Amino acid sequence: MVELVVETTTTWTKRGRGVKPVAFDYYRPQGIAEAVALLSDKGDEAAILAGGMTLGPMLNLRVVRPRAVIDISRIAALKTISVRANVVVTGAGVTQSDALNSDIIVREVPLLAMALPWVGHFQTRNRGTLGGSVAHADPSAEIPLALVASGGTIVLQSRRGQRRVAAREFFVGALVTQRQPDEILTALEWPRSPPDTGHAFTEIAQRHGDFAIAAAACGVRLGKEDQVEELLLAIGGVEDRPVAIDVNGFLGRPAAKMAVDLSEHAAAIVNPLEDHSASADYRIALTKVLVERAVNAAVGLAWQRRNRLQ
Amino acid sequence: MTTLYRAAHERVSIELTLNGQRRSGEAEPRMLLCDFLRHELQAFGVHVGCEHGVCGACTILVDGRAVRSCTQYVAQADGVDIVTVEGLAEPDTLNEVQRAFAKHHALQCGFCTPGILCSVTHFLRDTPKPDEQQVRDMLSGHICRCTGYASIVTAILVAAAVLSQKS
Repeated sequence: MVELVVETTTTWTKRGRGVKPVAFDYYRPQGIAEAVALLSDKGDEAAILAGGMTLGPMLNLRVVRPRAVIDISRIAALKTISVRANVVVTGAGVTQSDALNSDIIVREVPLLAMALPWVGHFQTRNRGTLGGSVAHADPSAEIPLALVASGGTIVLQSRRGQRRVAAREFFVGALVTQRQPDEILTALEWPRSPPDTGHAFTEIAQRHGDFAIAAAACGVRLGKEDQVEELLLAIGGVEDRPVAIDVNGFLGRPAAKMAVDLSEHAAAIVNPLEDHSASADYRIALTKVLVERAVNAAVGLAWQRRNRLQ
Repeated sequence: MTTLYRAAHERVSIELTLNGQRRSGEAEPRMLLCDFLRHELQAFGVHVGCEHGVCGACTILVDGRAVRSCTQYVAQADGVDIVTVEGLAEPDTLNEVQRAFAKHHALQCGFCTPGILCSVTHFLRDTPKPDEQQVRDMLSGHICRCTGYASIVTAILVAAAVLSQKS
């Protein structure tokens, strides 16, 4: 005879009820050293929680099942934005909305300021962090693209010490980076942009705030004869990671006629993904269009800024 | 410097400020903040939709900022200051934004409304005189399947105009 067992609960929130993620031990270290020590003990059994705008959904859907969650969202040392000689250092825990409202970012790293309004929505930017987006490494994410385009650096901390990895080498593939399981991403370094540089960030998504099908980021500085003095160009959402485009062949050329050639150059060298949202051919077509738009906008802005400074 | 630790199945006692009152409750660390607010603290104005940060129904104010409550966990919330739709106006009254929502038909089923009202509260504090594009950009973080958004945009613009005249 089968006995029917009816489990009675005293409250709705009795163990295992009304929860979505797997059971995890929760740690909230107060400083970076404690966080690093914890992660070094737990390794890949632990997940680092900052804003939770990516880890939260992954926990709720049980895509990730960590034994431990290390919450770094209250570590004050990770929330600073500071200006050094050549770079602006943003702590990993700086929220996207704090960065967007920072005069330092708007003045010194305008490309990031232009990228941020494309990141998620007002409500997710209020909690989502710069470091979290970079550590997660979604191929179509805007902050990694801006960091690659700017030639920025990622700072990683572990018990073994600190190391710095160039953004252009950090992203290995979709959701895969050079970060080792015992390392915490503590800061991002953004080269300071000279005041006569023009930037542009543009993307195509199904809806504003959705993941980009393709995105382009550009920075340009012009010489006296309107020739290209400095040029940065990177593409996101097209390959499995943000890619910097080699633009050496364009230095010294007249800026006014560059956009179409540069867009064809970029479209010829990217190796596009194909997925449910777009075919490879469509991503090539978008690359061409977005690069042309971004370059034209950046050149226009560079021209204005240089003239204003003269 | 110390590290706070909560074991996986240990029910933790959480103390926080909810709509101006000190409240406390118990739950596992992994419980979603939205579920905790509804089922432990009876803040049923927190609506739970997609439960992964997309739809905006569960948006609340945490330390003044409009954020999702479905992608935060109970263990993270001790000591924070939370305002839900119940705390946006005195009981049995409506604030300017709520009045404009009623007048301009900015809600039908009302499921998305509490989240939107919380977002608007933070948004209008930062952007007291928004244009339509800014309102639509803020609203892109909420999904409404009834209204088509146009009436919500109108209500927010009207409320912003009334509030900025008052101040």
